[in-house]
Amino acid sequence: MIPAPHLDFLPLLPELIVAGVAVALLVGGALVGRPSQTVLLLLTLAGLIAAAAASAYLWNWDGPGRVLGEMIQADRLAVVSRMILLGVGAFGALYGHHYFARTGVARMEFYPLLLLAVSGMTLLVASADLIVVFLALEILSLALYILVALSFRMASAEASMKYFLLGAFSSAFFLYGLAMAYGAAGTTKIDGIALALSGRTGSQPLALAAVGLLLIGFGFKVSVVPFHMWTPDVYQGAPTSVTAFMAAGTKVAAFTALIRVLDVSFQPLTWDWRPAVWALAAASMVLGSLLAIAQTDLKRLLGYSSIAHAGFILTGLIATDGAGIAAVTFYLVAYSVTVLGAFGTVMLASGGIRERTSFDSFRGLAGRSPMLAGLLTLFLLSLAGIPPTVGFIAKAGVFGSAIRAGFWPLALIGVLASVVGAFFYLRVIVLMYMEEPQAELEPEGAALPGAALALAAGLTLVLGVFPQIILPVLEKAAILRW
Amino acid sequence: MAELIVFWVFAPLAVASGIAMLLQRNAVYSALFLVVNFFALAVFFLMLGAEFLFAVQIIVYAGAIMVLFLFVIMLLGVDREERLVEPIRWQRPLGIFLGVGITAEIFAAVRAGVGFAAKAPGGFALVNQGGNAQAIAKVLFTDYFLPFEITSILLIVAAVAAMVLAHRRRGAVSGPPPAGPARPQPDREAEVAG
Repeated sequence: MIPAPHLDFLPLLPELIVAGVAVALLVGGALVGRPSQTVLLLLTLAGLIAAAAASAYLWNWDGPGRVLGEMIQADRLAVVSRMILLGVGAFGALYGHHYFARTGVARMEFYPLLLLAVSGMTLLVASADLIVVFLALEILSLALYILVALSFRMASAEASMKYFLLGAFSSAFFLYGLAMAYGAAGTTKIDGIALALSGRTGSQPLALAAVGLLLIGFGFKVSVVPFHMWTPDVYQGAPTSVTAFMAAGTKVAAFTALIRVLDVSFQPLTWDWRPAVWALAAASMVLGSLLAIAQTDLKRLLGYSSIAHAGFILTGLIATDGAGIAAVTFYLVAYSVTVLGAFGTVMLASGGIRERTSFDSFRGLAGRSPMLAGLLTLFLLSLAGIPPTVGFIAKAGVFGSAIRAGFWPLALIGVLASVVGAFFYLRVIVLMYMEEPQAELEPEGAALPGAALALAAGLTLVLGVFPQIILPVLEKAAILRW
Repeated sequence: MAELIVFWVFAPLAVASGIAMLLQRNAVYSALFLVVNFFALAVFFLMLGAEFLFAVQIIVYAGAIMVLFLFVIMLLGVDREERLVEPIRWQRPLGIFLGVGITAEIFAAVRAGVGFAAKAPGGFALVNQGGNAQAIAKVLFTDYFLPFEITSILLIVAAVAAMVLAHRRRGAVSGPPPAGPARPQPDREAEVAG
């Protein structure tokens, strides 16, 4: 007779709610036949809000730090990251509702798949074991492959295929790294690895191979150079509403898990992985910014910009102290808000499913729709990191923590890359305001995504002027206990 | 002694069926040789004291997965002409080189690590006290209970994904998409496929 393990499901409540709503929508949708898109959207949002409430409750969790066989971390970093991810999911649902509803190809599966992707992401930020990390990565990736393909455009299917093949590749790297970590430490628990590795002297080839392979696996997901090849194609090919969701969601989830892996598991090897992260960060910032200059499509440009931003975030990760982690989480909030706003504006301005996202379509947008042009300007300025937007505070935070850790050359590279970045963001703004319109494209106004955009714009400005609203919370969350 | 006999019966069988699988031109024969290979490998698991893996290997691999393979082959058409010209010319030498390389690597790694054994390693018996399947069940349903359950969500995603890609309900499509001529008549196509 096997003794029953003690199971404490409470710290897993947000994931249970999100996945439960997803399954309920699937079953309910099959029973009803053709459910209304609006009802599906409302149920999805209700599920996300319930999960957010559950995870807010966990902020004051005073039970054991790890539950369910030490597989789930019940700390505040998980709470904060979950909140960001649930917000990103709500944006994704609102955008998707607008995007798919008027295309005639609306699929009810969109909402369950989105929720399942969100559950994978939130699970990823709460995992305390590399096996759970892997499973969560797979859940979110599988759901995203399909969300990317969820449009009738040929480019969408191609993007999905590309993402799937390279993603499968990166999963193999991750698994190999996981096996190596098990070989080196005899455990796959995130803190167990650190305990096994600390106090050892001499070279540790297995552990080094593990951290390298895991970095490759994560590098694919967050698209740092040289594992970035899929990013522009997938961002461009995917339906814009899905691009917004995946751009923000994957970065938040994967970077939070990477914080745990680097700052806890391989903390004893900090001096060994730092040069690798340094090189990845520098290459991403430089190449992402330089390649973006040559683009003539706004979605592609934002794809390259996301590569550069992955580099900026890695810059903050190189400082392994609490302030560095807080800076990284703040950057993740800032990037999510900004990129959700940017892609949302692009979605409305590019004629929805027609996806006219080349620069030509944005020529003279200010004349046709001053509102959208103004919003896009704000988000692009935030991506460039120009005050008083949130992008500036975020960049200052990560560069500051890199300098404090003694990596000022990396921060210098980051500043230079930001200057290059400012050039191509400003070029788009010039395009919108100073040139004559060429394409006759009527930008659409819509209530729901409009409200979401207003929220994103408000957050971009408010957090840019008053970052102290959320900074204390993030600092409290940045304490990793193990 | 008995173990040696069993090994020397099934080891050549495993190698031969593996090679035969590669050399077959007909995909169905290839798949059937792979079944033989799976059975031979299952016997090795049994010899090494991994009864659970033995059963899973036969039920899941030789049973479910191979049936799926055969199903796909049949679905695509057994008598389909395969283009046997390789589009990438340096692929074959590179493949041979990498194949030989990884074989050497595995040999070296096994030799340096545990060595070749006809029996299970010593600690294994300790773990297996009270039965191999029971030992796995104990770990799976206590320590690894959560990953085991999460896998079910992964499977739900995979099932939904397959359905979304393969099955296009008529009701879900109320008209051809405004742009993107990739699938001009999704309705009719779904009808034909169904």
